[in-house]
Order: sequence, then C-alpha cells, then structure tokens
Amino acid sequence: MSIDPQTIRKDFPTLQREVHDTRLVYLDSAASSQTPRSVLDAMNHYYEHLRSNVERGVYEISARATELYEQARTKVAGFVGAHAAEGVIFTKNVTEACNLVAYSFVRRRLGPDDALLVTEMEHHANFVPFWHASQDLGFELRAVPVKDGTQLDLDAARELLADGKVRFVAVSHASNVLGTINPVAEIIAMARAANPDVTVLVDGAQAVPHLQVDVAELDADFYGFTGHKMLGPTGVGVLVARPELLADMPPFLTGGSMIRDVRLDAVTWEAPPHKFEAGTPPIAEVIGLDAAIDYLTDVGMDEIRAHERELSAVFLDALADVEGLTIHGPTDPEQRFGAISFTLEGIHPHDVGQVLDRHGVCVRVGHHCAKPLLRTLGVNATVRASLYLYNDEDDLQPLLDGIEDAKELFAR
Amino acid sequence: MTLEDLYQEIILDHYRSPKNRQGRLEDEDVHVHHSNPLCGDEMDLRIRVDGEQIGAIVFDGEGCSISQASASAMTDAVSGRELDDALDLAEDFRLMMHGSDPRRPDDLGDGIAFQGVAKFPVRVKCALLGWMAMKDAVETYRSGDHEHTVTHEEL
Repeated sequence: MSIDPQTIRKDFPTLQREVHDTRLVYLDSAASSQTPRSVLDAMNHYYEHLRSNVERGVYEISARATELYEQARTKVAGFVGAHAAEGVIFTKNVTEACNLVAYSFVRRRLGPDDALLVTEMEHHANFVPFWHASQDLGFELRAVPVKDGTQLDLDAARELLADGKVRFVAVSHASNVLGTINPVAEIIAMARAANPDVTVLVDGAQAVPHLQVDVAELDADFYGFTGHKMLGPTGVGVLVARPELLADMPPFLTGGSMIRDVRLDAVTWEAPPHKFEAGTPPIAEVIGLDAAIDYLTDVGMDEIRAHERELSAVFLDALADVEGLTIHGPTDPEQRFGAISFTLEGIHPHDVGQVLDRHGVCVRVGHHCAKPLLRTLGVNATVRASLYLYNDEDDLQPLLDGIEDAKELFAR
Repeated sequence: MTLEDLYQEIILDHYRSPKNRQGRLEDEDVHVHHSNPLCGDEMDLRIRVDGEQIGAIVFDGEGCSISQASASAMTDAVSGRELDDALDLAEDFRLMMHGSDPRRPDDLGDGIAFQGVAKFPVRVKCALLGWMAMKDAVETYRSGDHEHTVTHEEL
C-alpha cells in the first residue's frame, strides 16, 4: 500500500509551523529528520512516570525504566537484523560508534604492514578516526575512488584489495552527498575473498532511515547508525557488532556502569554490550528511538522506500530541467535514496540556501562533512535537498520557485 | 528582516561586477590566502605598498555573494589609504558587523551597505573575510614577510 504523506505530516509538530509567513518545507532530513508526536510522548512518559537511572535501581520505576531501555536494544536488533541483541551498543551518534571501532579494534589490531580501505565518498565520521589511527600506527590508508561522480569504482576496489594486505574496510551504505546506495554486500564479499582476516564497518547513517537493512545478511562485522535521522531524538546512536568480536575487544570509554568489579589494583569489565556503555546512557533517547522504530515499522520500510523512490524521480526530473543546474549523483532513482545534491552555475550554495529559506524551504548547503568527495566532484559546496516519508510533490514547487528567485537575484 | 536587507542592490552590483578582482598584481609586496574550510570560501589578496600607503590592492577567490561583494567594496574603500587608516577602517567594519554603528560611515564607502548583514549572524564571517585578509596583509607587510596563509575556523 502506498503511503499518504499528507496524513503522516499531521504526526510531526514542526511540520505544522510556518516560517517567514509561509509553510515550512522541510527538505533536510538527511541532516536530521523530524520527530513524530509518538516519539515525544514516549520520552515524556519516561520523564513523567519512570524518571530514574537504569541498570542499578532496586525499586519499581528504575526496574521498569531498565526494562524499557533493554527492550529498545532488542527492538533495534530486530529492526536492522543484528547478529544478536548483545551486539547492539548505544552510543551518542555515528561518530562515536566509528571512534569506538577505531580505538577498541583498529588501533589494537592493525600495524605498519597492514592496510585499511575507505572510500572517497565517506562522511568524515567514517574516515577521520581511521586516518588518525593510520597516522599514529603507520598502516596504509587506501581509498576506493568514485567513478563518474556517482558510484564507487568496484574494479578499482578489487585492485586495492588484491595484495591481501587490507585488514579493515570502512564503507558507507549510502552517500550523504550523492544519495548513492552502495553495493556493500558485494564489497564485503570482495574484501573477504581477498583476505579472510578482514573486518568491515559499514556506516549506515543514511541507509537505516530509508531502506530495510539486514546487517547479518550483509555480512558486516560492525554497522553504525543514528537515531536523529530516523525520526528519533538527537543524542543516541547505535553500533551493531558481531558479539564474538566484542568479547575480545577492550572497552572504549571506561568508568561508571561498565565494570563488574573494581579494586585499587584490578578492574574487571562488564560483559558486552554494557562493557561499551560507560556512564549513564541516554535513557529517554533510547526509549524515543524504540518509538521511532515502531513508527517506521507501522508505516513499513518497503512502503517508505517505494514512496521515496517515486518522489525522488519527480524531484530529479524537475531539477534536471532547470537551466544552469547540475545534479551531483545518480539520476536513476533505483541507485539512490532521496538526498539530492546540486549546484547552480554562478551562484554560491550559501546564497541559494539563503533565498530558499525565504520560501520556507530548509536545505543543507556546504560540504556535508565529505570534503574528499567534494574535491573529487570539483566543487567546494553543494545545495542538498533530501526527502523522507513526510515529503510530497507539494514540496517541489517552493524549491523550484526559490531556485528561480535566486537565479533572478544573482544573474550576472 | 527581509532578503532585501541582506542582498542590497549595491551588494549585488559588487558581486556581479567586482572591483579590483585580479589573480595577480605587478610589484606586489604581500600575498595572503584566507580560507574558511567550513563553508569553502577561498580568498587571495595582494597589496602593493607605496610609502606608507596602500598603493594597489586586488583580490581573487571563490565564495558566496556576500564574501565576494564585501571584498570588492573593501578594495575600493582602502585603496590609497595610509596603512594605519586602513586598519582603523577594518576595525570599524568589524564592529559594525557585531552590531555597532560605524564611526566612519562615509569612509567605508559601499561597505556601509553591509550593515544589514549584522542581522544574519551566519553570514557575518562572509562579509568579514576580505577585510580580515586586508588587515592580515598589512600586518604581514610590517613583519617583513611576503606570504601568509590563514584558515578561519569559526562558522
């Protein structure tokens, strides 16, 4: 069944408001999505009825809060096909998830004789922690190039893997700039064929909100994503990991709640996943994420994907007709999700964004935390309009009007 | 606050037809390169000092309309001024971007058109880029150097 964005919109308080005396047209979900009332209610319920710490209280409301917190872990595991609920670690965002892997795995396992493979289209979150580690440890950093400004070059990837030295791969499931959905299962299989001793981290920040994801089926060892791009609150991210990997990994952050016993001369860690959740976790946010998954599941991930594919086609067609506009990314909606980057000849993206704002249109402008990719594209910034389940065809005209307005204003 | 407060006609004129926009300068004394990695703005500024005056000033770069137009207006405003005078004017412009009334509105020339930018906090750094590059060029000249590169970190 196809979804009705007009009905869905009613669940999102921010989408009811106006800016500059016009309807708010939210086209920036790839940066951060809107939050439905049910998620806010779930978090409020915790604050109004169960407010307490988790994992240590002996009293009723703490036990109940702990139950909700751990139920969310199971819910997350089921939603993304994690290997096991014990392999679901709550972090504060994807950046922290990637750093956890960089510090507790990559920095402990790789040395000067090894290589680590990233791609040119990584968000800085899935690149900088590994670049930093390579500087400290002296392993080689290799990057899969982007072909035609749209896709990962798999032939080049195969060559980069050929000598068997790559022991770790960090790749994004979908590009936050190009919208490209990467063939991660194929890349993982290629990496394992070249070296059975390879470990793979997939950055799923832009995939989990828009696609049905099955981490175990992809055969990823680590998989990171974040709550605030999938209708959840800010402040909670997730790292999914193979439980057997976690068992052998030292903790990332240490201190409160992640220990079993502490003496002045010896400390023993909790078992995973708690070993990797130091300090009081984002309790309300985890409960909110649980409610966000319920919302997405009720609508249906396949329906969301179908809606975004159709709407992307409409937006891509209309934008392709705008004179002087260049789309950066695949034009085939099958190969992408609804993050559409573009540049306008002779007009800086910041100026475009400023004019769009006056039309009530929220877009992201800038380098999107993917500077290596922007260098490859030969631009220093783009405008990015991104779609989600609450966007509809009525969001297109304000975007086009704003673009025309910008062209008129800045025409040389 | 309307869009017209930000994009005044004088600003758009400087953007469409910038003054002193050149990639090189004969007998240049100083070349500075300023960039803001957060928004991708890049600016090359070159000056020639005649006596204690800015004998010639040119800029080149890539960036939004506000950064390019402001640099253009700046070159007009400081051309031929004593170095100290140019620095004083840069300080006046900087304070204006933070909401003060300018002390020397007439001397700022078309730079006065950027007063409205102060009401758009995220664009203030765009308007300041050229002025800060000029200030740096003068200071670089006085330190006896010929080249300087600055990366602005604030958004």
